[in-house]
Amino acid sequence: MKRGTFLLFVGPSLAMMLIFIAIPLASVFVQSFYVTQPVYRQVETERCTPGFPNPICTKEVRSAPEIGADGRPVRRAVFVGLDTYRTLIEPEKLAAALAGAGLGSLLKIDFYKALRFTLTFTLITLPFVIGLGLAIALAVDSIVQALRGPVIFVSLLPFIITPVIGALSIRWLFVGDGILTRALEALLERDIAMFAQGWTIELLMLFYRVWHVAPFAFVIFYAGLQTVNQDAVDAAIVDGASRLQRLRYVVLPHLAPLIVFVALIHLMDAYRVFDEVIGFSSEAHVISLQWLTFHFLVPEGSAERSISRASASALLTMVGIVVILVPLLRRNWREHRRRWGRA
Amino acid sequence: VIQTQPEALRPSAALRAGVLAFLAVWLVVAAFPLVWILLMSFKLPLDALAANPLHVVFGPATRAARGGASAADLAIGLVAIAIAIRAMRLLVPRLARVVSGDETAPLGRSAAMLIVIAIGLALAIVALPVLSRLVNTAASAIPGLRWLAEPVLGLTLEHYRAVWVTHGFHRNFVNSLIVTAGVVTVSLSVGTLAAYALSRSASRLAFWILIVALIFRALPHSVLVAGYLPPFLESHALLMPLWQTPVVGDVLRLVAAEPPTLYGQPLAIILVLVSINQPFTIWMLRSFFDTVPTELDEAARVDGCGHFGAFRRVIVPVMWPGVITTGLFSFLLAYNDYLVCALLLDAQSQTMVPAITQFFNRETTSTDQIEAIAAAVSITAPLFVLVMVFQRQIVAGLTAGAVKG
Repeated sequence: MKRGTFLLFVGPSLAMMLIFIAIPLASVFVQSFYVTQPVYRQVETERCTPGFPNPICTKEVRSAPEIGADGRPVRRAVFVGLDTYRTLIEPEKLAAALAGAGLGSLLKIDFYKALRFTLTFTLITLPFVIGLGLAIALAVDSIVQALRGPVIFVSLLPFIITPVIGALSIRWLFVGDGILTRALEALLERDIAMFAQGWTIELLMLFYRVWHVAPFAFVIFYAGLQTVNQDAVDAAIVDGASRLQRLRYVVLPHLAPLIVFVALIHLMDAYRVFDEVIGFSSEAHVISLQWLTFHFLVPEGSAERSISRASASALLTMVGIVVILVPLLRRNWREHRRRWGRA
Repeated sequence: VIQTQPEALRPSAALRAGVLAFLAVWLVVAAFPLVWILLMSFKLPLDALAANPLHVVFGPATRAARGGASAADLAIGLVAIAIAIRAMRLLVPRLARVVSGDETAPLGRSAAMLIVIAIGLALAIVALPVLSRLVNTAASAIPGLRWLAEPVLGLTLEHYRAVWVTHGFHRNFVNSLIVTAGVVTVSLSVGTLAAYALSRSASRLAFWILIVALIFRALPHSVLVAGYLPPFLESHALLMPLWQTPVVGDVLRLVAAEPPTLYGQPLAIILVLVSINQPFTIWMLRSFFDTVPTELDEAARVDGCGHFGAFRRVIVPVMWPGVITTGLFSFLLAYNDYLVCALLLDAQSQTMVPAITQFFNRETTSTDQIEAIAAAVSITAPLFVLVMVFQRQIVAGLTAGAVKG
């Protein structure tokens, strides 16, 4: 394909990605070094109260916002360098914590609280998603053909459902008078409040994410199981391999690239955890990095959107994304080499 | 019975029972939260939040206060479901043959299923209430059959009525419809063009476009929204110079007298969601295009088609399944989005998913909670139909990117 035709075909798509992804990304980078605030001016006022023989006058210097021609306060972007990052990370407290003051005080700072949750959430859900997905795939692969369709249908439901709604549906089972809380209370014979402390909410969030993503892993692994080399399985049977040995030495190696694929996609998505915080209304106890950015962007009461802080926290979030992306990019580079030679 | 495997190698009975038990547990876990909110949404709070699960299922308090379905209604319902299943079996293959000329083509099946479901739902909504009233009045007139007309299952639609009519959820529904329809059409038309070119090009540029797209796909959406918000809020002032330039401004003034404020505009959201989704779209479509042999477009070009002609006349027709699958995922992204819509749309132009927060954040009374549940079920219902109709395409889409790698 000639370069001109190629550019004509990809043009619209590239233009959209440039305007709505690349440029916003660059502007977020710039915004994080500026703070937009009303311009204040020193105003000197003289106040006099009646007195004898002379009125008592006091001069007072106050700062007042400058009002523009349109009657609204004039706002100006001020370059603040890394100040916004500093208010987010609080390096002194980080140094103190590392020096031995303990992580407890650090985790009271929003950013570290969010970071801690995002990382544990991503890493804990990963093995469960892979394990459950694999188990369902192996189970479905061994049942009669007629049952597979309905099983896949029901399994897809948690995956396809709107994430906020899925989280809500689980929350309603466990909220104050929810049916499962009642059942647990009857079982353990004690009062249970699932939403009164952080760790129980976190447990529900982990459960929700595994419930939501395991079907995706299942579908991928199930498709992979259909292409297992039957000759290799037969050879293993002839060699007297047990069912478990066949799984260990024939099936799992065949699925290995798919397991890596699912793991990478899951890491990428779980790191961006957000909808759970909304669905479980967990912001008082548990927050995530993406929620933190979201939170800065929502005007609350009289407080305005703090674009600058949102930009800084967004860029800090992206550091993690880059780490996750590196293996994915290397994999694509190798594939490209293999397919097109040394293009 | 012919056994393909020797007796000793077939799974033992215990293993098979274990597998079935495991699958049964998984299916219950997968479906239970959804089935439960469906049941709760039809009950008064007293039943929906009862400690006894049987009360949630049968709703005695709801039955006492609001009535419900009688034994006759349940029988009618069961017969209707049986007829629906039978109709699906009979009609879908025939209709699929009419639609696509081949009854086994998955796409023809999906289209036929969609048509049958739409007609079936319309028929059910019109005919079932009339039928139910007829049978119930007839049964209550006959002394020995009066028990048939007595309500047994407590049901009420008042929460749905409150959500859709009183709280104006239909406006959010229309907004969701506009946004999703826009996202799917624009996303596919822009995406197929790009993905086709990327699939047919060996150049370094094509590779780097794909790599950059992969990086863009990983970006948290809040990062991008932080970039959109300031210009979207100020777009009126920012775009003013463009409206005041001589020639360009004259053209633009024909479209709109004043530059628009993009914040709160569903049309702006469509562009934003299309762009955010573009990296995923071109990756998925490209993997479908890669399965179409290049000989096909070369043959078309030998016959005198240009690149675009080959694309339009030869490639797109064989690519329909891939395009539909990608469209489904674009639909899901737009339909399920909370973050972007919550931040860039205002209360008037809000789509359904962010709008639901107004229900569950207000959960001060138990009625509010059931109304939130009814809203949640309303949002989920279209997705349920989607999985039913497009199960194969969804599975194909999920595996498209993975299995070759």
